[in-house]
Amino acid sequence: MSAAPNPSQSPSPGPDHGADWAISVTGLTKVFQGRRVVDDFDMQVPRGSIYGFIGPNGSGKTTTIRMMCGLLTPDGGEGACLGFDIQRQQAQIKSRVGYMTQRFSLYEDLTIRENLDFFARMYGVPQRHQRVREALDELGLTGRAGQLAGTLSGGWKQRLALAACLIHDPQLLLLDEPTAGVDPKARRDFWAEIRVLARRGVTVLVSTHYMDEAVQCDYIAYIAYGRKLIAGRSADIPHMIGLTTWRVTGGDLSALEADLAQQPAAEQVARFGAVLHVSGRDGPALEALAAARQGHNGQRWSLKETELEESFIYLMASGTDNFQPSGAV
Amino acid sequence: MLGFSLSRFLAVLVKEFIQMRRDRVTFAMMIGVPIMQLMIFGYAINADPRHLPTYVEVQEQSPMARAIVHAMRASSYFDFKGEVRGPEAGDRLLRDGRASFVLVIPQNFQRDLLRGQSPQLLLAADASDPAAAGGATNAIARIAEQAVASVLRGPLSSTAPQLTAKPAAFEVVVHRQFNPEGLTALNVVPGLLGVILSMTMVLITSVAIVREAERGTMEALIATPVRPAEVMLGKIIPYVLVGYVQTGVFLIASRALFQVPFLGSPLAFFLGFNLYIVVNLALGFLISTFAKSQMQAMQVSFFLLLPTILLSGFMFPFAAMPAWAQTIGTAIPATHFLRLVRKVMLKGAGLGDISGDLAAICVIMLVIVVVALRRYRQTLD
Repeated sequence: MSAAPNPSQSPSPGPDHGADWAISVTGLTKVFQGRRVVDDFDMQVPRGSIYGFIGPNGSGKTTTIRMMCGLLTPDGGEGACLGFDIQRQQAQIKSRVGYMTQRFSLYEDLTIRENLDFFARMYGVPQRHQRVREALDELGLTGRAGQLAGTLSGGWKQRLALAACLIHDPQLLLLDEPTAGVDPKARRDFWAEIRVLARRGVTVLVSTHYMDEAVQCDYIAYIAYGRKLIAGRSADIPHMIGLTTWRVTGGDLSALEADLAQQPAAEQVARFGAVLHVSGRDGPALEALAAARQGHNGQRWSLKETELEESFIYLMASGTDNFQPSGAV
Repeated sequence: MLGFSLSRFLAVLVKEFIQMRRDRVTFAMMIGVPIMQLMIFGYAINADPRHLPTYVEVQEQSPMARAIVHAMRASSYFDFKGEVRGPEAGDRLLRDGRASFVLVIPQNFQRDLLRGQSPQLLLAADASDPAAAGGATNAIARIAEQAVASVLRGPLSSTAPQLTAKPAAFEVVVHRQFNPEGLTALNVVPGLLGVILSMTMVLITSVAIVREAERGTMEALIATPVRPAEVMLGKIIPYVLVGYVQTGVFLIASRALFQVPFLGSPLAFFLGFNLYIVVNLALGFLISTFAKSQMQAMQVSFFLLLPTILLSGFMFPFAAMPAWAQTIGTAIPATHFLRLVRKVMLKGAGLGDISGDLAAICVIMLVIVVVALRRYRQTLD
């Protein structure tokens, strides 16, 4: 994984969508009713990595994922998924990719076993019965195999959906907001499973707007209004955004929060329990602010390393709802 | 991998059967709707049509014969199509449905009439649709009477003055073929099979397919390497079997409740209804490629049901419809199936008699399948 090239670098002219990448696309564009939902989008996902795809609702994440796995035809751009052309070799891509949709998309009126069996048949899985039995065992659902999928809880539905899109041992897993509406415990279990898969060499592209999921990813791309705004190793993201962050403790933090809302230098104020993280891109201005408030109301200001959490909040706050006609494009 | 996969096709097939079994309401509808419609339409429907295609076999050239033909042309009941020679020609036209009536004006009609010997006019009627035959057969006597009277008053008034005073003495003999008792049920019930199959097949397929899109399962389905033909066949064949069940129920009920005979070739019937089931399923599939929701699919299906009932010759005799309506009717599969079923069940038709109807259904099916497969996307675009 460490040997993988840095995905943030923009591709050289005549991009090589070769075998190093699980996904490599350039200039990907999709227009719906005159609106550029995805606009000149580039992305390189190294094989075997967990790649986080973050951005507000309506920013084009789902559309991008659908284009990568052959469910939508791009209006522009080119690329490869597992070495197959996304415009022409959709059948080859489909048989090697597991795609988990945002909405539960298995048959609610089929049982758990029937659903798994159906998808095993669709992918032509060899030794189907055995594979379905294994999948049921791994899920821990052998005893409830005859239960209708529609009667499962959100967390179980999500695990079943994951099992269904893993039934043919795909090399690439595309997860579109897989944990939406799932409780935190189920989410942690889910991510433990994702990491196991990644260690086995499965590439995982996951879209999310949860911070605790973003921090689990090796790489992150941030998309807003259909455009990629930033992409890189998770560890590099804070530097790329260039935020300075101050940590404030003690005193009346709520009053300080209200006060800082008037200060342009304090672009972002995030509360973590009894601690306030104040961030901004203008470092000197923020330092001046910190110096002025130091000791005020018994509050202590200290400079801290900007981490992915602050960066994530910063990114997510910069675009709230991309369904509105955008000014950013 | 790019070819047709039996395994994937079977996967869709098995899934559809399971879902069909679980969906009790729809399943009940498939059996309940035909029976209910059979009752309502079978007992309730009647009509008084006009402009029915008529041929005349004139065995003598006389002013009287010309006057009768002329009067028939002027009448709104009959649509004079031409003259035929010999009884076989007339029978053939009646059997294959090109003529509703053949009027025979016998030799020496005028002479016998003038002599007061009560000659006979023979009206052979296709009574398989009694609504079509009924009004016209009553009208023919009146029309002929007036024609004869006008001739007697006019050109022939001097030859037979004694006849102008009282009504002319002649007889109209109506020969009701295929349905001698004029039972409406005998016509409506076979036609009903076309309407029932069309309604349930189109509705059920379109809804079943749109349901995939509406519930979001279509996305997972087409994310697999499945091909359009695999989905189409896998989804359609379970409903073909439903069509078999409906046809079976229908045949039993039509015999037991309405005493509808089955005179023709079972093979012709079998070919016809299979073809008809498939064309309707394909139509349902086509609707599903347009409809955005199950509700829409249902609305479009019901919308298409209207012309199927009104313009196919099910409720009103096809020949009695205006030209524009006949044009629309010709594009409806039910029109051809109705003719086919009536010919086979009531007129004893064989494969040869219905080849034109089969061909018409094939053409319609070809168009629908081509459009449907082109519209069905492997992507979500």
